[in-house]
Amino acid sequence: MKLAVCINHVPDTAAKINISADGKNIDKTGVNFVFNPYDEYAVEECLRLKEKNGGEVIAVSLGSDANKETLRKALAMGVDKAVLLKDDSPRDSFSVARALADYLKEISPDVIFFGKQSVDSDSAVVGVMVAEMLGLPSVSVAVKLEISNGSAVVEREIEGGKEKIRTSLPAVFTAQKGLNEPRYPSLKGIMAAKSKPIEEKIPAAVQPKVDVIALRKPASKSAGKIVGTDIGAVPELVRLLHEEAKVV
Amino acid sequence: MKILAVAEQRENKFKKPAFEVVHTARKIADQTGGEAIALVIGSQIQSMAAELGGYGAHRIIAVDEPRLEKYSSTAYSKVIAEIAKKEQASVVLIAATAMGKDCAPRAAVKLDAGIGSECIALKTEGSDITATRPVYGGKALTDIKINSAIKVFTLRPNVFASGDSSENKAEVEKAEIPLAESDFSSVTVETLQASEKLDVAEADIVVSGGRGLKAAENFKMVEELANTLGGAVGASRAVVDAGWRPHSEQVGQTGKTVSPTLYIAIAISGAIQHLAGMSSSKYIVAINKDKDAPIFQAADYGIVADAFEIVPALTRELKKITGK
Repeated sequence: MKLAVCINHVPDTAAKINISADGKNIDKTGVNFVFNPYDEYAVEECLRLKEKNGGEVIAVSLGSDANKETLRKALAMGVDKAVLLKDDSPRDSFSVARALADYLKEISPDVIFFGKQSVDSDSAVVGVMVAEMLGLPSVSVAVKLEISNGSAVVEREIEGGKEKIRTSLPAVFTAQKGLNEPRYPSLKGIMAAKSKPIEEKIPAAVQPKVDVIALRKPASKSAGKIVGTDIGAVPELVRLLHEEAKVV
Repeated sequence: MKILAVAEQRENKFKKPAFEVVHTARKIADQTGGEAIALVIGSQIQSMAAELGGYGAHRIIAVDEPRLEKYSSTAYSKVIAEIAKKEQASVVLIAATAMGKDCAPRAAVKLDAGIGSECIALKTEGSDITATRPVYGGKALTDIKINSAIKVFTLRPNVFASGDSSENKAEVEKAEIPLAESDFSSVTVETLQASEKLDVAEADIVVSGGRGLKAAENFKMVEELANTLGGAVGASRAVVDAGWRPHSEQVGQTGKTVSPTLYIAIAISGAIQHLAGMSSSKYIVAINKDKDAPIFQAADYGIVADAFEIVPALTRELKKITGK
């Protein structure tokens, strides 16, 4: 079974976000970049599928040399091969999906995994777009996956519950927290990953369909009112919610 | 300009995001001299579809066939794209729900369209639309324009007004889209609804608890407060990681982004990733014994005291108003 997992290198969720001088990007100074959290579940699921069914896992990342850090971590977790689609140009979801789809078409995997979204642009569209570009079915926000006899039964999260989807393979899946518990790389894995090569490819340039006009910080609220410091404040809080805010 | 609004139904019922999308389409149509067309996909949906007239649809199209009874990403996205082409729609609006977020990217690719997802505002100037959407989990906002002929936007639920149902009426037109077996390569076989429990992302009032509650069983008082208010229970990441609450309740950057009318944070310190997911709530109440907790910076009203003392008292006091 050939498994591909698309991973991204993103600002840590604990990072403060500042806007760069051009007003369209983030200021990367002092920002720690990490393995996109949802992509760790995607890698883990591919490793488990390989352990069960045999085959190989290929990790793919689109971006600059900095993404190699995340590709290395995927190698340390146990993926067999890492590929960097090297590209520094600004891309929208569509052009990211196109670059990934072009590469994935070459290697034609049986299963393609993504995290459900990158915690930078938060679009949550690339995985499904890649599926459509490749003419494959997809299931997004997967929390449980079972594969047998060329088809998959997947549970995906929906409002207030789950839905069970049956899909043919090959297919694209996007991983939600809860799908599994990602492993920590072993020391042996980390050492081995250091000497493994990362293949580099240059994706074709694609005109973005979305233009960023501005990136800005949300209007900050003025600090609120401390109603009190003991149980005596409760009736006043209720009065404020009822009469001032009119929310209860 | 024609604006196609995809009105989501589940089990032949509309939820609020369907009305929000239709109402927003009507607003854009009014501003641009265009036409708002509502699309409903499902089985036996023709009669229910008429309701969308009241929310502003000029026309209503129903694609009604048994195989569309349950959601299929491949089939639904094909129907959306085919209707958009047939109607020559230049804007397609879809709710950013579990279903909408799953089929919108597919429809966008079929239409060779750019997509703006989880938009929180759409501003029209002439036929130009600028969309605002949160990025970095809500720590920043971006204003975008789509340059393709057809533009797809998904709208974050609970943000756009749905309007009240009016006397406005529209005919329901039945449209046929030929669908092959291969258009159903992925299908829903079963819906596993957790309960009638309100989803934290859909609720108008959210009561969340954090690590300061010390143990899973202490969430009982959070649940009681939420029940009293008719709201949903949320949780911080620390609490979900500790296994006290399910991930579906997690609020924050790797959980759900919520924008209810009232958000009550109990014993939550307010880590940056949590604030990102709830700071767009209309009113925020913080209860925490640490006066320096960052949550107080985001809160409209705060009580600096022990949650174990305050929360039961707050529930009792609120019951006098809600009568529950």
